[in-house]
Amino acid sequence: MTSHHTGEMPAIRYNFAYLDEQTKRMIRRAILKAIAIPGYQVPFAAREMPMPYGWGTGGVQVTAAVLGPHDVLKVIDQGADDTTNAVAIRGFFEKTAGVATTTATAEATIIQTRHRIPETPLGEEQILVYQVPIPEPLRFLEPRETETRQLHALEEYGLMHVKLYEDIARHGHIATTYAYPVEVAGRYVMDPSPIPKFDNPKMDDCPALQLFGAGREKRIYAIPPHTRVRSLDFEDHPFAVQRFAKPCALCAASGVYLDEVILDDRGGRMFVCSDTDYCAGRQAQGHRGEMAAPAAGQALDVMPGLDPGIHGVPPVLPAQGVDGRDKPGHDGVSDRVGGAGGMP
Amino acid sequence: MTTQTATDDAPLLVAEGLGKNYGARIGCRDVSLEVFPGEVLAVVGESGSGKSTLLGLLSTELAAGAGRVSYRMRDGELRDLAGLGPAERRLLMRTDWGFVRQNPADGLRMAVSAGGNVGERLMAVGWRHYGNIREEATDWLGRVEIAADRIDDDPRAFSGGMRQRLQIARNLVTKPRLVFMDEPTGGLDVSVQARLLDLIRSLVAEMGLAVIIVTHDLAVARLLSHRMVVMRHGRVIETGLTDQVLDDPREPYTQLLVSSVLAA
Repeated sequence: MTSHHTGEMPAIRYNFAYLDEQTKRMIRRAILKAIAIPGYQVPFAAREMPMPYGWGTGGVQVTAAVLGPHDVLKVIDQGADDTTNAVAIRGFFEKTAGVATTTATAEATIIQTRHRIPETPLGEEQILVYQVPIPEPLRFLEPRETETRQLHALEEYGLMHVKLYEDIARHGHIATTYAYPVEVAGRYVMDPSPIPKFDNPKMDDCPALQLFGAGREKRIYAIPPHTRVRSLDFEDHPFAVQRFAKPCALCAASGVYLDEVILDDRGGRMFVCSDTDYCAGRQAQGHRGEMAAPAAGQALDVMPGLDPGIHGVPPVLPAQGVDGRDKPGHDGVSDRVGGAGGMP
Repeated sequence: MTTQTATDDAPLLVAEGLGKNYGARIGCRDVSLEVFPGEVLAVVGESGSGKSTLLGLLSTELAAGAGRVSYRMRDGELRDLAGLGPAERRLLMRTDWGFVRQNPADGLRMAVSAGGNVGERLMAVGWRHYGNIREEATDWLGRVEIAADRIDDDPRAFSGGMRQRLQIARNLVTKPRLVFMDEPTGGLDVSVQARLLDLIRSLVAEMGLAVIIVTHDLAVARLLSHRMVVMRHGRVIETGLTDQVLDDPREPYTQLLVSSVLAA
């Protein structure tokens, strides 16, 4: 009798990197078009992915379409390699593509990112894939999709400056700190996804290919290598990135983007690198910040010295508004309404 | 004859045989008119007579079923508006034209501050200096009698009359040559209406604006316009100088219209 097989599930086999080849082909065509027209949002037939919208379905599809068996994949979420979104997506491709993964920026050939650009400069052989919640930079200024397309087609971007005007009128400076609009190759205005504006200058003349995938909105756009990317501003209120008063408390790096970490309920806090790989690398080289553990006998880890859960602490907005982060799984609407949001 | 008089004599906007049907119903039919620089033309008639349809056709917001509209560009050339590309037409609408709507919410961005509303057109034509934009917006708020300290308030905090004045400032900031107005004083109480009419009249004279104003209120037409066009059932039934039409109406319908208004 063969009844002992009853109830066993058949083995499930996925195609390499989950998506079927025809779907990948469709996505690659959209990517090629996006590269040919820098900053232009190319519609594509986004598939349902085994994860909820808002958790990187667009980025995952782009990564799946460009991934080869010899690629080395790195996935970051808010700069960290060890947060839920990063771990889940890295695990997804380990399982469905069997590719090598890494946390080291320099070793990766493809880096999928949510809301950060790594501190280590990228090279020509690398691709940076962004997860995009809302691709349309004019969305909260002009609700009609037909009209925003027309505005892009005719290069009418006065509206974008109305938003920046409102920022200055209300706050005395341009208060947009993330998803800060850029002009790509002197033509299209683009939403760089919710990266802190600190990272905007890294997009300009970047040697790596930058791809942006929005799964729910079904759009792909791209910045080809060595493309001019300019952050919008006013002549008398030029674009400026966030500055931090102190260097990283763990690796003493300055000129990098820092996360605020609350240490206790008595106002104790520290600022540490948001890029965990960069921070760990500097500590390995012997750099010590004011709150780092002593160097002797320290085991090297991906994570900086403290409890690995530190990046999971709910962010608290510092007074100077340097925090460009939003909350995982809430990439939809509520956290993106800026000063001029919800206009008719 | 100098060049200046030559351009003043030439019409700014010319409509020939304009018509539009809504299915089997007539929106307006066979309308021909000319508007000259600095001239205020009133389009009057009762509700449903085709006034707003005509305004939509003249401003190219509606597609004409028949006829054509030509406009004299700043270079002096008279061009058929249907032949303009969308980019050219939109540029014309936000620089050389203005459109003041009956409901200010349709013509303003209600969630954007007064300064932003006035500055939008400037930014759309390439102004990129915050200080200059703000200075210009402050100046225009003053000209429409809105206090400078309201510049950062949004129009939701404004009264109906203030909203309408803000809408006028927003339209005039690029120094247009032609402004369309659709019942600009509708829905305002009488004293506010009077002040608004005063303001429009002085701005029109000061800037040498050409205005096409749609109204059912003959008193508004009398106060503002030089010439008027009377519409009924989608057709123009009488045209002439405003005083002449109102004081000595020729058509029986116009006579009825005039006689049904108290002290127009």
